Amino acid sequence: MHTLTNGLGAYAGPVALAGEGPVTAVTASGITAYAWLLVALPALGAAILLVGGKRTNAFGPLLATLLSWGSFVVGLLVVISMAGRADADRAAHLHLFSWINVGSFNLDAGQRLDPLSMAFVLLITFVGSLIHVYSLGYMKDDPDKRKFFAYLNLFVAAMLLLVTADSYLLLYVGWEGVGLASWLLIGFWNDNPAYATAANKAFIANRVGDLGLSVAIMIMFFQFGHVDFASVDAGAANASPGALTAMGLFLLLGACGKSAQFPLQSWLGDAMAGPTPVSALIHAATMVTAGVYLVVRSHAIFEGSPTAQLVVVIVGAITLLFGAVVGCAKDDMKKALAASTMSQIGYMMLAAGLGPVGYVFAIFHLLTHGFFKAGMFLGAGSVMHGMNDQVNMRRFGGLRTVMTITWATFMMGWLAILGVPPFAGYWSKDKIIEAAFIGEGWRPWVFGLAALIGAGITAFYMSRLFFMTFHGKKRWTEDIHHPHESPLTMTIPMMVLAFGSVVLGAILGFGQTSLLQSWLNPVFGITAGTEGEPVLPANLLLGLTLVLVLAGAGLAWVRYVRDVVPEIAPHGNLVTQAARNDLYQDAVNEGALMRPGIHLTRSLVFTDTRGIDGAASGLGALVIGASTRLRKLQNGYVRSYALTMLAGVVIILGAVWVMQ
Amino acid sequence: MTGTGEAVGFWILGTLMVVAALGLVFVRKAVHAALCMAFVMINLGVLYVMEQAEFLGIVQIFVYTGAVMMLFLFVLMLVGIDSSDSIVETIKGQRVAGYVLGLGLAVVMFLALGSITLPATKGLEAVNNPADGGGNISGVAFLVFGKYVWAFELTSALLITAAIGAMVLAHRQRLTEKLSQREWSQRRVRENTYVAGLPAPGVYARHNAVDTPALLPDGTPSELSVSRVLVSRDQVATPITFHAAEQAIEAEIEDGSAR
Amino acid sequence: MSLSHYIYLATILFSIGAVTVLLRRNAIIVFMGVELMLNATNLAFVTFARVHGTLDGQVIALFVMVVAAAEVVVGLAIIMAIFRARRSASVDSANLMKL
Repeated sequence: MHTLTNGLGAYAGPVALAGEGPVTAVTASGITAYAWLLVALPALGAAILLVGGKRTNAFGPLLATLLSWGSFVVGLLVVISMAGRADADRAAHLHLFSWINVGSFNLDAGQRLDPLSMAFVLLITFVGSLIHVYSLGYMKDDPDKRKFFAYLNLFVAAMLLLVTADSYLLLYVGWEGVGLASWLLIGFWNDNPAYATAANKAFIANRVGDLGLSVAIMIMFFQFGHVDFASVDAGAANASPGALTAMGLFLLLGACGKSAQFPLQSWLGDAMAGPTPVSALIHAATMVTAGVYLVVRSHAIFEGSPTAQLVVVIVGAITLLFGAVVGCAKDDMKKALAASTMSQIGYMMLAAGLGPVGYVFAIFHLLTHGFFKAGMFLGAGSVMHGMNDQVNMRRFGGLRTVMTITWATFMMGWLAILGVPPFAGYWSKDKIIEAAFIGEGWRPWVFGLAALIGAGITAFYMSRLFFMTFHGKKRWTEDIHHPHESPLTMTIPMMVLAFGSVVLGAILGFGQTSLLQSWLNPVFGITAGTEGEPVLPANLLLGLTLVLVLAGAGLAWVRYVRDVVPEIAPHGNLVTQAARNDLYQDAVNEGALMRPGIHLTRSLVFTDTRGIDGAASGLGALVIGASTRLRKLQNGYVRSYALTMLAGVVIILGAVWVMQ
Repeated sequence: MTGTGEAVGFWILGTLMVVAALGLVFVRKAVHAALCMAFVMINLGVLYVMEQAEFLGIVQIFVYTGAVMMLFLFVLMLVGIDSSDSIVETIKGQRVAGYVLGLGLAVVMFLALGSITLPATKGLEAVNNPADGGGNISGVAFLVFGKYVWAFELTSALLITAAIGAMVLAHRQRLTEKLSQREWSQRRVRENTYVAGLPAPGVYARHNAVDTPALLPDGTPSELSVSRVLVSRDQVATPITFHAAEQAIEAEIEDGSAR
Repeated sequence: MSLSHYIYLATILFSIGAVTVLLRRNAIIVFMGVELMLNATNLAFVTFARVHGTLDGQVIALFVMVVAAAEVVVGLAIIMAIFRARRSASVDSANLMKL
């Protein structure tokens, strides 16, 4: 397919050498000009299903699934046409319409279709469509199935808008759109007050982050007068470090909110209240990685501010350990997976904060994680499906024999997240650990060790989850008699994702200059060989990682397969209890934010009732007295009102005359 | 500056107009107010003609006095007369405030007018009598169908809307089936009120119009026998005069029989 | 006689119209007051047209008449509707617009 025309097109296009920085985008043509369909198709689905109401009950879910696949096909075609072009021509820009035109500020709505956004598009549409298919089975008996699919489509549309937007403001629209969809879907079973509260919690925590993003956009507007990526990237080269640091930190706040990073991570665990396909799609594979996308997309800003970069790395390191520790103590299967997601996104953040050495690995891990974590969530959903929607792993055990497909697919995901060669996680996570060790001074040691230890803990808690669920003795509750394997609509997506968990890493990551690296090269403009060497030899790091992983998995095997797992959680030591309570994150939030707020309001109320109310009551009585008289003016007679009007006219005319 | 003829006309017509306009505030009956208004409008038409706006003057008389005022009178007839015709003020202070503000408005506008000077009058002679023929009407027509044609088209839409609006407002939806004569009588019997129908107006030897109430057996006039509108207009003929004469004759007869 | 006399006459008529609106309770007479105010402005328009030596003022006065005619039609229909509902043409009887 690489015909001469493509080759010639490369010379005709704008000349930009790889390694000299990001290339400028060319105007979209051909299939790329139809990239707006990416967003339009699922948005249309959501509109039809929501507006059509009950009439679409019968065919709605199927339609939504088809439209999602349609979006995937469009994305695939765009990628194929993009791959056919030379590096310099890959990034395309599609102008959609003139959006905001105020004074000197002109902003067009458009799509930026470059290798980075298309990598996301493929992940979102492919995994999203698979999860649509899965949901056909999972939500089969739910009375509100149509609404569920409408929200799913809405989410896919918003997420695609987020990753293909060509300006921060349009990205913000998508950003809020996914937040809305997430809120709708977490609270999908909102007849349960706890779930509704969880949805609100997620929404409010996200608001904090969204505020950061909006402030960052405002700073950009103030600094550069533009908010589109191209202008901001260009402006960042000459901006003052202070402004870049401010922008970077506020962008990071936004990313922390959306990606459940420290200190805004508390909502993710509760977000598991939503249906499991939602947890898989939104809270594992796509939406929560939007923060990583934001940081990587804003690399020009972060590269200009080492402080902001360092904070990103710190946040990533803290979160990856935090999530891993929490994951060790959770007995709720989905919450353990959520903690794991948090931890893995911590890895991505860490990589994204490392600078050019880490961008590709952050995206790489994001893609592989999207596959294996979504696969594991779907597996968890399948388990719940067979076990009367229970989530307590202490009452599982021995499911390997009754749910063979689920067990097998879950195992692929498990091996992938552990980083066992040649599964996907090995290719991406180990690279991040290796990249974390690159640098000078104390940083490589601190961050590298954090990433390394995190890998060991990850191995422990994921093995714990796997063993407790599928191996050991049956500890089922009395009402479970014959757990069954899920229907094909559910198992096929799981198998596809499991297949991805096995091979995706090798496909994208094999070789000296990996496929993904050369694909993303036009975006970041990284010259090969500038990465530097880790402070410890790469082979030693690989060995250390594998040893730690084996140790973690072995410990889990000893404790949860060889030993008997108690059906009721033992009291545990202080660390376990802390981890069970999310390391007291909610308590910290309460103590640091809510309590002082309450005290503040109480003291304010006190001052108010004693000090101000005395004066205010007197004033109030005065006002009441005055208004009782004033209200007589409003007597309902039109003629009185006309009198007032005329009085106004006379007074104004008189005033004008006097002024002259 | 204008000619003496126009000045004389202005002062006579202007004075009359102000007096007639004041009638709007002071006369009691709405019909009289309408007549005052019509008078003001006709005079205005004449003023327009004096001001070299012949077309507008004629339209003023035709449309305003001829059509609009007739519409007013027509509605007046439909609505009838009620206590709202009274010029006794019911809202406290409204009358004084109204006078003060009206006077204030006039004073303020006078002051404003006094502080400006109109530019030199160009007059409409040239425009109304162009060298290539035509006159005031042609001039107005050129503007209406030229420069202002869009506004003109819009007014047509406005008029149609207003007509439809008036029809909608005046239309009364009948909520129930119209009662037939048979149903009316059945209802009267069922409710046991006015079983024989309302009493007819009185019939006297010397007066049998609808404004004369019938007399009840005890000799008092029956309110029910005359139209409510006539009662509220105070236009009911009292039967007392006839009644009194009749009673005098009866008394005489009784006196005679007693003798 | 200066043309400003016409304007003075127009202001007097306008003020009388305003007072009529304020003081009369019969909705129809109130309406006549409104018409009087419109006519007063028309007189001013016609006079200004003469001052400026163009016919635009007259055309605008014509449009004012058209609008006034439309207004009369709708207004009288409203009066009829109120009369039907309240059995009274008094503007004070429609006084629900209060606390």
